[in-house]
Amino acid sequence: MINKKVDTIEEALKGVKSGMTLMLGGFGLCGIPENAIAELVKLNVRDVTCISNNAGVDDFGLGLLLQGKQIKKMISSYVGENDEFERQMLSGELEVELTPQGTLAEKCRAAQAGFPAFYTPAGYGTEVAEGKETREFDGKMYVLEPAFKADFAFVKAWKGDAAGNLIFKGTSRNFNPNMCGAATITVAEVEELVPVGALDPNNIHIPGIFVQRIFQGENYEKRIEQRTVRQKS
Amino acid sequence: MLDKNGIAKRIAQEVQDGFYVNLGIGIPTLVANYVRNDIEVEFQSENGVLGMGPFPFDGEEDADIINAGKQTITTMPGASFFDSSMSFSMIRGKHVDLTILGAMEVAENGDIANWKIPGKMVKGMGGAMDLVASAENIIVAMMHTNKRGESKILKKCSLPLTGVGCVTKVVTNLAVLEVKNNKFHLLERAPGVSVEDIKNATDGTLVVNGEIPEMNI
Repeated sequence: MINKKVDTIEEALKGVKSGMTLMLGGFGLCGIPENAIAELVKLNVRDVTCISNNAGVDDFGLGLLLQGKQIKKMISSYVGENDEFERQMLSGELEVELTPQGTLAEKCRAAQAGFPAFYTPAGYGTEVAEGKETREFDGKMYVLEPAFKADFAFVKAWKGDAAGNLIFKGTSRNFNPNMCGAATITVAEVEELVPVGALDPNNIHIPGIFVQRIFQGENYEKRIEQRTVRQKS
Repeated sequence: MLDKNGIAKRIAQEVQDGFYVNLGIGIPTLVANYVRNDIEVEFQSENGVLGMGPFPFDGEEDADIINAGKQTITTMPGASFFDSSMSFSMIRGKHVDLTILGAMEVAENGDIANWKIPGKMVKGMGGAMDLVASAENIIVAMMHTNKRGESKILKKCSLPLTGVGCVTKVVTNLAVLEVKNNKFHLLERAPGVSVEDIKNATDGTLVVNGEIPEMNI
């Protein structure tokens, strides 16, 4: 067993510097690496490029990095629900690259899987395809999209072990598995770090080979953005 | 004339037994409430769930189980969770049978615009561009005209496009339209709406063939 476990958050984020490109898992506030984000705020790294489907809300998730004006550029598919984001975008302080959600996921997966680029039909004929190579296959047009290049990927899993094996829960899985191994260093935080051997190898979602560092996360808030319920009739 | 629930109710009639369906945010979400209960349908949400169920009961919500609108949901027996890349493999790979989404504008060549209004804060396209670029069966749920009474069923979209030549059917508060050969073909009228009303509210080329039946909802 190759040990990936680190004991402190400082060790987990060692080497993160200003100007780097970071991937962060999560969909809305679901499955975001809460501990890593808190530490990025503390480290006060500046001018980072963040690859993340969304940009958090004003006072949580990536919104915390936006508040400190730590982000130079966001690469996302949807960035609503965040007033500070809007202010920085409209004032030109923050650069934003909007990418179709499936393309965003595949740009992560391509980096993970060693593909330099791929063709997708998404965005063909729209401003997303402007300046990009297009090509016809079987009578349909496709856009060439390059894989992402990132320095760190921060992901959050439900359970993991010191070997770096990960299991996700519900829809908090989302972009997290696609970002594992898609950056130079992948840092996984887990709700529950279990002893090696406790996870059934049949049920591993991400094998430890894609993870360089793993740590036991703490104080998860797991905020709900749209609490929607029905009444018992 | 239909309200939002009426549009959803009419679209629900398009959902067939054995279909995997992706519902967009807004009116499309309401469609799930009106699907016949004697057929088997599975709803896909692009954030990573197939077999979506109704909203949870108060107190039973789980922060780790949400839909693409970030609302808390439940799952049905037989449901599955997966990552974003696999989710869009289902969509891009045409494994999802029907996509229902909203729009700001639709054009007679099947173009759709639903993500950006120049000069306004842009929130992003989310999964809409992937959905419309790949799905073979796309139904658009929308109001026929905007608040100023101007048609949203156009010869050519004026807003930045989400996808080109992809819409197959449009269900509005006034009509059911099929998009074919660069024209809108009028299939049905909403209750109490005349063909003349629909003509007046439609900017794009409208084909009216014979007697147009009223929707049965």
